Amino acid sequence: MHPAFSVIFFTTASGAGYGLLALLGIFAAAGLLPASTWLGFFGLAIALGLIGSGLLSSMLHLGHPERFLKALTQWRSSWLAREGVIAIATFVPAGLFAIGWVFLNRNSGAFGWLGVAAAAMAALTVFCTSMIYASLKPIRQWHNGLVPFSYLALAAYTGALLFLAITSLFGVVSIVYVVLALLLGIMAWIVKAAYWRSIDRSRAQSNLGTATGLGRFGEVRLLEQPHTEANFIMREMGFQIARKHAAKLRMIVHAALFGAPLVLLVILLVAGQLPAAAVAGLALLAVIAGAVGVVTERWLFFAEATHASMIYYGREM
Amino acid sequence: MTSLPAEAGKKKLGLLIDLDTCVGCHACATNCKEWNTSGHSGPLTDINAYQAEQRGVWFNRIFTYEAGGCGPDGKTVHFPKNCLHCEFPECVTVCPTGASYKRAEDGIVLVDAEKCIGCKLCSWACPYGAREYDEIEGVMKKCTLCIDKIYNENLAVEERVPACVSTCPSNARHFGDFADPESNVSKLSRERGGFQLMPETGYQPVSRYLPPREENRVSKTEPVSLARLTEASGAGGKGGKKAQAGKFLNWVDSVLSR
Repeated sequence: MHPAFSVIFFTTASGAGYGLLALLGIFAAAGLLPASTWLGFFGLAIALGLIGSGLLSSMLHLGHPERFLKALTQWRSSWLAREGVIAIATFVPAGLFAIGWVFLNRNSGAFGWLGVAAAAMAALTVFCTSMIYASLKPIRQWHNGLVPFSYLALAAYTGALLFLAITSLFGVVSIVYVVLALLLGIMAWIVKAAYWRSIDRSRAQSNLGTATGLGRFGEVRLLEQPHTEANFIMREMGFQIARKHAAKLRMIVHAALFGAPLVLLVILLVAGQLPAAAVAGLALLAVIAGAVGVVTERWLFFAEATHASMIYYGREM
Repeated sequence: MTSLPAEAGKKKLGLLIDLDTCVGCHACATNCKEWNTSGHSGPLTDINAYQAEQRGVWFNRIFTYEAGGCGPDGKTVHFPKNCLHCEFPECVTVCPTGASYKRAEDGIVLVDAEKCIGCKLCSWACPYGAREYDEIEGVMKKCTLCIDKIYNENLAVEERVPACVSTCPSNARHFGDFADPESNVSKLSRERGGFQLMPETGYQPVSRYLPPREENRVSKTEPVSLARLTEASGAGGKGGKKAQAGKFLNWVDSVLSR
């Protein structure tokens, strides 16, 4: 599948934004975050900024972005519509939670519950995003039960890296945040590794012989494609990445998204009492590595996906 | 509504494509483009129409396959493919705007271009590659089964069939109601072993294909030498005469070419 930059940016940025929003909401409700204006403003501005810019970016690849409101109507059948509805609805508790924290300096009690509601809806939005892909039967690498877990785990983990960096920048240092990011990172790593193992082992349901019904005569090969030039289907669904390049890019994901940040988190863990600035510095490094890693991971999610329609174009699945 | 109709309609209109008689002339694709560019989902725009890297909207595309090996053992099969108007089309249910829909009355799957936001998700959901994105208009398009022709009362009754069907010179395309067991397409499909493409998708395509006939296969014995055929029939005569005839014809050719 063609890896469109707008969709890669949307899913990674909004994923991290929702992860950060959820953690701010949950920890504030638990009374573990000071209701200081600047922490609230900075943290929620980054979370909602990532979410908002991601959503705007997702509209860039539309043919008619001005009609986006229509995309909220078919929530009964369409995961994309469900995602749109819940993404927009999430701004209600998230916005009220932000007002309480930034302007009223209250982030627990009733406002804490708004934070928890925002966290739940953030998770639901990421789940809907993942189901847009996981529900597509023609794409074997997406129609996979591990896809929703992978999206949720990566949103939580990248959000946790941001959460650690932002809290430590404001002098709020807690071993709990480090351990949380570490555990989420290990979990996401396991899920992603399991996903790759799963798509490497699964085989396409159809081949050229079964898809054309001509397999009854023996082996089938494409003699001529319909046109001399690549058409829409070939350009949209026919993007293919060489296996050796995919292997290299997977190594980059292992190293940048998981390896490097987890090493930094372990350093934070064993170093014990570090000044907040040092924690923030290491956490920011983890965020940068994680950002490179998660964009590569999402690019690969598209590039490695093969579409059943390409069987008719003689493509091996 | 992108939810599918609650109950299947009385009619299931579709095409029955005969892979035995299709000669791969692309007339169906050409006539499709001509009719539909001014029809329900027109225009069918092109980019770089008269130069390299041409691309554009076609509702119908013809593939050519070779089945059962190369050379005389193989069977060359021309394979036209357009929307199959599935009974459970997920291109419809994934649509977030309600632009894609399946008609309850005859099962035709259509796009309302006024509602389409051009997200292309329907094209991802179609395993048959039947959706066509119009880059210039920014909306998705697809085969309409010539909805503006098959119900067109300004046309003679026999002309009320999709453009691809009326133009096919080898009668390889049949149009009819698959819900009616006595319709032309249902009967032909039963007699000739009509099949669905990729039934494993569960989309239940309404349109079907007729397989190439086994007996039409070119002889599996030695390839026939055309030269020997002419000798056997006496057409070429003896070697000497043939050579003389060749010289004579060459002389005629050179005289006429002056």
